[in-house]
Amino acid sequence: MLESAITWWTFFKISINERLVYRADFMLGTLMRFLPTLTQIFLWWAIYDVISSPGSADSTTGPDGDIAGFKYGDMVAYYLLVIISRAFSSMPGLTGGIANQIRNGEVKKFLIQPVDMQGCLLMQRIAHKLVYYLVATLPFALVFFLCRGFFVNGWPAADVLIVFFLSLALSFLLGFFLETCIGLIGFWFLEVTSLTFIYMLMNFLLSGHMFPLELLPSEPVNIRAWVEFLPFQFLAYFPAAVFLGKIEGAEMYRGLISEVAWVLFFVVLSRVLWWKGIKRYSGFGG
Amino acid sequence: MPTIEIKNLSKTYRVYQKQEGVLASVKGLFHREYREVHAVRNIDLTVEQGEFVAFLGPNGAGKTTTLKLLSGVINPDHGTVTVMGYVPWERENEYRRKFALVMGQKNQLWWDLPAMESFRLNQHIYRVPREEFERTRDELSDMLDVTRLLGRPVRELSLGERMKMELIAALLHKPDVLFLDEPTIGLDVVAQHKIQEFLKEYQRERKNTILLTSHYMKDIEALCKRVVIIANGSIYHDGSLEDIVDQFSGDKIVTLHLHDDGGLDSLSGLPNVMEVEAPKIKFRVPRDEVGKVLSRILAAHSVDDIVVEDPPLEEVISNVFSQAEEKGRQEASQAATGS
Repeated sequence: MLESAITWWTFFKISINERLVYRADFMLGTLMRFLPTLTQIFLWWAIYDVISSPGSADSTTGPDGDIAGFKYGDMVAYYLLVIISRAFSSMPGLTGGIANQIRNGEVKKFLIQPVDMQGCLLMQRIAHKLVYYLVATLPFALVFFLCRGFFVNGWPAADVLIVFFLSLALSFLLGFFLETCIGLIGFWFLEVTSLTFIYMLMNFLLSGHMFPLELLPSEPVNIRAWVEFLPFQFLAYFPAAVFLGKIEGAEMYRGLISEVAWVLFFVVLSRVLWWKGIKRYSGFGG
Repeated sequence: MPTIEIKNLSKTYRVYQKQEGVLASVKGLFHREYREVHAVRNIDLTVEQGEFVAFLGPNGAGKTTTLKLLSGVINPDHGTVTVMGYVPWERENEYRRKFALVMGQKNQLWWDLPAMESFRLNQHIYRVPREEFERTRDELSDMLDVTRLLGRPVRELSLGERMKMELIAALLHKPDVLFLDEPTIGLDVVAQHKIQEFLKEYQRERKNTILLTSHYMKDIEALCKRVVIIANGSIYHDGSLEDIVDQFSGDKIVTLHLHDDGGLDSLSGLPNVMEVEAPKIKFRVPRDEVGKVLSRILAAHSVDDIVVEDPPLEEVISNVFSQAEEKGRQEASQAATGS
C-alpha cells in the first residue's frame, strides 16, 4: 500500500517535471482560453442590447432584458464560471493519447510492467492540471476582479460554495473517466478521432459550454428534460449554476449525488473496457 | 525445473486482407476477408537457468511473437508456457517484477526528461531498495559509459546512447530473465560492439537467463552458445553455432599460399574456385574431401601456407533460411493438395 503510494507520488512528480518542460506553450494556451469567451460575451451584449431596446421585447424575454432568467450580468458571470468548470473537466489530448498508445503498441508497457495504466494517466492528468492552475490563477484572478460587477449577487453562502468546489473536483474525475472510456474504445476501433469529435460536439451543446442549459428548447422535443439524465451538464453547467444560485437547496444536493453516481459509473465502465480491451489486444497480437 | 518451458505452443493472427483500390476499401466496410497467419506453430523449447539463447530467423518467422508470448503481452491459441514457474499471460505482478523486455525499436523512457527520472520511476515500480538501486544504476551506467549523460533529456541522446539507457532501465530491478528483441538494430558498429561486450559481461557476472533475437550475426557469434532457428513459426534447428555450420554447410574453404605462381594455372582448373590472387588461391572443397584434395595438391606443388576454414556464418545462415522457407512452401502446397 505504502509502496504503491510512493510509486504514484514519484509518477506525479515526474509528470510535473515533464509538464514544466513546455512552460511557454502552456502559458500561451492558458491566455488563449479567454478569447472564445470574450467573443461570446460580446455576442450576448449585442443580443441584450437588441432585446432591451423598446418595442422588441416579446414573450420569451422578460421586460428588463431577461433571457430564460438570465440578465446580461448573469450571463457574463455564467460564462466566466464555465471557464472554471472547464478548467477542471476538460481533458485535452486524453482520448487521442490513449488510442495512439493502443495503436502504436506503447500500451504493452502496462502489460509488461507491474503498473496500472489508468493510475498513471490519472496522476499525469492531476499533475498537468495543477501546473495549469499554477500558471492560470493569476490571469483568472485578474479577469474575475475586473468582471466583479457582473456577479450581482456577490459571493454565495458557505454551504453553496462547498458544493461548488466539490462539484468542480467531481467534474475533473467525471471528465477524466468519461474520456478515458472513449479512448479505450481504441482497442476496438484503433482510431477514435471522429468519436472524440462527436463527443466534443455533444459536450459543447449539452454541457452548458455554449449556452446555459435553460436555453435548450422544451418544444417540440423536451431536450432540456433529457439533459438531466445525461452526464454532460456536470462538466460545465452544474458548478456554474450552483454558484449563481440557479440550482439550490435539495435540488443542488440531488445534483451532487447524481454527479457522484456518474463518476462511479464511468470508473467501473473504464475498468471493464480496459479488461476487455487488453484481452482482445492480447488475443489479437499487435 | 527449467527456467523457461514451452510446450506445443501455437499462435495464429487473423489479418484483415485488403485488396488494392478504393472500391475494395468500400467493400471492406461491409465484408471483411481475413487471412490466418500462423505466427508460431507447435513450438517446444526448454531453456535452463543461466543460458544465453539466440532466436534467429528471417523477418516474420515468429521470433518476436514468441518473445511476446513469453512476456505475457499476448495469449496463445494453445500450448503451455512457464517462465520461472509462472504463466506469463496471467500477468502476475510477482512475475512482472522478475523479467524485463527490451525492444530495440520501442522507446520506454520519458522522452522529454533525463533518463535519470525514468530510472527513478522504475525503481519504485519494481520496488528496488534505494541503496541497491543507486548501486546498480552507477554500476550499469559505468559499464556502458553513459554516466555523464544521465541528466540529459532523452530526446537529445543519440540512438546508441538511448539504447544503452533502455538497457539500464530494464536491468535496474535485476531481472532473472531478460528478453531482448533486436537490441542493436540501427546502431553503428562501435555501439553494437559496446552493447555486445556489456551483455556478455553482464551475463557472466549475473548468470541470468537471456533470450535474444537479432539480425546481426555478430551479436550472436559474440554472445550465444545456443542458437534456435525459427522459420515459418517452427523451430528448425536448436543447437550450438558450430552444429549449424557442421549440419548446414558441407564445404570448407581452403586458401593456399603457393611458393611461386607456376602452379596457379593448373590449380585454377579445380572446381569451385572462389578467388585467385597470385600467389594465393581460394576454393571450396566438400568437407570429407579436404584431406584427399590437399594431399594431391601438396604432392604436385610447393605450398608455403594453408588455411582451412568454415564458410562465413552469414552465408550458412542464409542457406538455412532459404532451406527452411523451401520446406515451408512444400508443406504449404502439400497441405493445399491434401485438403
